[in-house]
Amino acid sequence: MEGKKYIEVSNSQAVAIKDIPLLDYDDFYDYVVDELKIDTHHCLNYYCVDFGSRLWFVCCIACDELNIIRICSHELPKGEKSLRSITPECFQLHIFEREIHENFRIHFKGHPWLKPVRSSFKNDGTKLHVDAYPFLAFESEELHEVGVGPIHAGIIEPGHFRFICHGEKVLHLEISLGYQHRGIEQLFVKQNGLQRTILTESVAGDTAVGSSIAHAQLIESLADLPIPESLMIERCIGLELERFAIHIGDTSALCTDVAYQLGQVVNEALRTTIINTTQFWCGNRFGKGLVRPGGSNYPLNETVVDEIRNILKDSGNRYIDMADRIYTLPTVLSRFDGIGELTPEQAILIGAVGMAARSTSLGRDIRKSHPFQYFNQYQYEPVVLTTGDVLARGMLRYEESKKSVSMVNEFCSIWEGMAKEDTPRPVYDYGLKPLSFAISVVEAWRGELCHSAITDEQGNLAHYKIKDPSLHNWMALALAVRNQEISDFPVCNKSFNLSYCGNDI
Amino acid sequence: MLGIILIIIASLLVPGVIIRTKSIASGRKGPGLFQPLKDLRVLLRKGSVFSNTTGLIFRIAPSLSLASIVCALTLVPFGNQGALITFGADFVFFAYILSFGKFFAIIGALDCGSSFEGMGANREALYSMMVEPAFFILLGTFAMFTGYTSFTDIFYGFHLSDNNYILIFSVISFYLLIQIVMIENSRMPIDDPKTHLELTMIHEVMILDYSGFDKALLHIGTFLKYGIYGALITAILINTKWSIYIQIFAFFAVVVCLGVIIGLNESFRARNKMGKNPQFVLTLSGIALVAFVIVLLLMGKF
Repeated sequence: MEGKKYIEVSNSQAVAIKDIPLLDYDDFYDYVVDELKIDTHHCLNYYCVDFGSRLWFVCCIACDELNIIRICSHELPKGEKSLRSITPECFQLHIFEREIHENFRIHFKGHPWLKPVRSSFKNDGTKLHVDAYPFLAFESEELHEVGVGPIHAGIIEPGHFRFICHGEKVLHLEISLGYQHRGIEQLFVKQNGLQRTILTESVAGDTAVGSSIAHAQLIESLADLPIPESLMIERCIGLELERFAIHIGDTSALCTDVAYQLGQVVNEALRTTIINTTQFWCGNRFGKGLVRPGGSNYPLNETVVDEIRNILKDSGNRYIDMADRIYTLPTVLSRFDGIGELTPEQAILIGAVGMAARSTSLGRDIRKSHPFQYFNQYQYEPVVLTTGDVLARGMLRYEESKKSVSMVNEFCSIWEGMAKEDTPRPVYDYGLKPLSFAISVVEAWRGELCHSAITDEQGNLAHYKIKDPSLHNWMALALAVRNQEISDFPVCNKSFNLSYCGNDI
Repeated sequence: MLGIILIIIASLLVPGVIIRTKSIASGRKGPGLFQPLKDLRVLLRKGSVFSNTTGLIFRIAPSLSLASIVCALTLVPFGNQGALITFGADFVFFAYILSFGKFFAIIGALDCGSSFEGMGANREALYSMMVEPAFFILLGTFAMFTGYTSFTDIFYGFHLSDNNYILIFSVISFYLLIQIVMIENSRMPIDDPKTHLELTMIHEVMILDYSGFDKALLHIGTFLKYGIYGALITAILINTKWSIYIQIFAFFAVVVCLGVIIGLNESFRARNKMGKNPQFVLTLSGIALVAFVIVLLLMGKF
């Protein structure tokens, strides 16, 4: 290990904490900056854990072309409050440094703007009233400010958007989230196995399957729980069904925002047929209860496979018909084409992941780069589009939906041809490897979902960390609406469809 | 007087027809034909809530807005029955009494201090201003053709003409008036009355802070505009020499048609990009100019 700056692991592989190289900060700084200069590398997570006498900082970097994750760390004795900020060299870490700053009061020297990520407390611990939130201020007679939220006009979650506009043109958008103080990560440590799985499904209700796969494979790697291959396929079917359903729902929402009624109602109806299939399988439309660590309460059976096949055939074809019509209709195209453009340079700079990255020629897809579950045996080729506008993000959903449908059909056939052993029951009273660290990444519909955990000497969870893809991608939205008309903001926002609650962990 | 009563009855029908058309086109059961009227009844029985930032203008704006539309209503002729009030060049008065109401709606929106409403007011003012030339060129052409300057005389004189080519002009006027209705009443493709997104709204965002009785007044105003423009379209299409019963039937047919056209238009297309709206609105003036030239040629006035 001497001289080694990182340890290489694959997706959801547990390692002992002592095996993770501990660098001094200058080495860590240089290493991270060098590593993240490569376009195919990005930061999965960088966070800080309180070990009593010291603070331990761990950084996980995904190397897409090598199919590995590199982990390195550094530490800081309690009481020291200042570090050199990496953000000026490597912008994608800005959000992680802000989060550490807010949670541990570490001052990052040189960070451009250490404003709160989700806390309502100021850096000195006093309560921060919303009136005093450090929004970007301007002095100009010509510009005006439009504040939207935090109470949403529709039925979704709280978030405040502040536009600085020149007439109808947006010059700057500032997004401030963090109105829901849920303390999910702290709850994970306290609760038992069953409670944790239920909690995982509620991290972001629209990604229940993706999130619970991430949690399940993390626990399985830390507890050495083997699962049969048939279960892996089942999980992938669940994940792709979820992706298909949400993509249809998003297409519908995109149509709503440009007031195309036909596209809206047809897609709404189609989405229902897909989520009802999930309900037929596991009793919940959003797939809650479908994925559990170590086993499953709802093993796939022939009836469910037939139902999935029938529904996908019918709804899949109808979705393709409708999407063909949507993406060829001139009035719709004039609203999507060239709107809210995110350039590849911007995407690399902010470390964009998931759909936001793939729509602007950055092929980041965990299913290919860090395969999990059955994707280990399945060669998945990600869909990559180049223009990075609303149209590209819409078309990406269309192309990915087609892929998901054919993949689910393929998985069903493989599952049928498989020698099936009995699917084990879920395991909730697992013992975890002591003093270990594991990171699990899943390509949920929104992008990579990253769960990581640390265990103590007794093999109990000591720390749990969840990172939603939205954490990276909210910045993409802020950049995409610059120099756009303010009335195009809703359709831009919808095309990213980022999570508020995923951010407000 | 008969005309005014019929226009009011027809006005109350149009919103229901639009909603029914849209729900049938989208394969939904949808609300009944009279749902907008039931909603109106509920609103009329409610009190209004005012924000602390608003002043007198905000409170009087809905009443003034409705009053101006009722005033405009009295100028509209029906068939061979003349308008209640008629005088030379009353179409200019018609246009500006409507603008008067709109002016108060706009400064009322500015008065409430919301960051959205000013934006909506700004957009509404712009599009109303841009649609004005189209309306005046159209009516000016009518005046030139018939030689009269009041609504009643213009439409009476229009059908006395024995020039059959005038049909071209009727068709263009029909198209223009339909588009003007869409803009005046904030329908697609200019505005989307169904949206929940304040940032994309035009008219809806201006009335966002009104509630109860005041909101009902604003809605009644919008309803009446359908009837008024419906009557103008009927006046162009239907010969005033026909029997009054045919005229009444034709009027209702036109108004229902108007509702269906709006409903279908809103079902099968997306709305315009906001930045493209001025271009779209100005095109109407261009079309009106074409109509003007056609009439000029027909009358041999070169």
